[in-house]
Amino acid sequence: MIVVYILLGLMMLIAAVAAIQMRNIVSAIITAGVVSLIGSILFLLAGAPDVAMTEAAIGSALTTVIFLFAWSRITEQMKTDKKSSEHDSEGGSND
Amino acid sequence: MIKRIIIIITLIGLSFVLLPLFLNMEDAERLSELSQTYVTEGAEELGTANLVTAVVVSYRGLDTLGEVAVLFAATAGVTLLLGTKKKGGSVTDLLEERRGGSELLNTGAALLFPVLLLFGAYIFVHGHLTPGGGFQGGVVIASAFVLLLFIESDREFSHSVLHSLEALSGAAYVLIGLIGLWFAAGFLDPRFLPSGEIGRLLSAGAIPLIYSLIGIKVGSELIGVVDSLRRRS
Amino acid sequence: MITQLLIILGAALILVGFWGVLTRKHIVKIIISFSILDTGIHLIMVGIGYIKDGSAPIIDQEMPVSRLAGNVVDPIPSALVLTAIVIGVAVTALMLSYAVQLYTFYKTVSIEQIKELKW
Repeated sequence: MIVVYILLGLMMLIAAVAAIQMRNIVSAIITAGVVSLIGSILFLLAGAPDVAMTEAAIGSALTTVIFLFAWSRITEQMKTDKKSSEHDSEGGSND
Repeated sequence: MIKRIIIIITLIGLSFVLLPLFLNMEDAERLSELSQTYVTEGAEELGTANLVTAVVVSYRGLDTLGEVAVLFAATAGVTLLLGTKKKGGSVTDLLEERRGGSELLNTGAALLFPVLLLFGAYIFVHGHLTPGGGFQGGVVIASAFVLLLFIESDREFSHSVLHSLEALSGAAYVLIGLIGLWFAAGFLDPRFLPSGEIGRLLSAGAIPLIYSLIGIKVGSELIGVVDSLRRRS
Repeated sequence: MITQLLIILGAALILVGFWGVLTRKHIVKIIISFSILDTGIHLIMVGIGYIKDGSAPIIDQEMPVSRLAGNVVDPIPSALVLTAIVIGVAVTALMLSYAVQLYTFYKTVSIEQIKELKW
């Protein structure tokens, strides 16, 4: 039983560090969702199914959707900004 | 360089703050006095099978009311910051026309949408019997509407309907609290309705009613948040 | 044992999240770090509420009222974490809408280029 906890915990830590280190924002958002998902498994094992349900529904699903909507809104504005200043240099910071 | 040293010192200091929390903790053998009371008497007093619900809705009901108020404030902030953006402001050219969902996504979402609504309602109606409750059910309902946004990204939700649902359920929540103050022991006391038998759907006094109202409120608020955060074309 | 594991894990996640908040420049990355920090705090709170060999505080045939006392986990931290998660998503949405507005005004997502915030 302890081994399961330790394995899940290691996965969670690796995912957390990866989410912060990644350069691509969309991958980072989805990896942060994975952190919450493993967290919900841990909550379920620790005898708190209510918290596990909430974390799975909110932490990993709805938060990811909200992040993706906000990021797509920012990238949309980046595109229109680039188009309006087309004659500037090409090396944008957009990834 | 000096910045990095300061950051490392901060992190080490934070870990020293967290260390006593770890050192003093063993797996507790039994509950604390207060939790013991909640666990042993909650079932008899309130008739809920799920004791977390008893704590959330009744014993710490005032906290939950405050939490719903914080949720409302955050939603109002999001709407204030993003909701007033006028539509059709940015000129998107014809090449950028948004693709609709694929056939698979459209059919799947159309099939799943009513099932998800039903599942969300099931979760918050059964909050006093099984894990789950108003918050989880509300989020499931909100994710059903997110699914609708995926198949048709130009869909408009009526904000007046959302706001009136939210306001009505919030007002009804406070009203039920006041009824508890009048007919039972205190504010948000659910025992003005009969507690019934543990494990039945119609039991635990007004707890299913309160949790359903919380579910409707949370669901409509989160739909509002997602709707103001998505991009406008 | 499980309490200690959950607390170590939560503390590590808090440190990772804090490190991300302090070192990243991209504003969306900072908000992601905040949500990881949140998860760490929730793990610590659930860990404090854990009882040895405890199961969920729900009454059914396996767990009648008489057996309840020493065999279930503490319901109060569960209830607190439940509300904390919901507040967390609302605050995250608020932070993200600030990020969108910051981009609209300053045309950058890097906090280093927003000079008005420097002191």
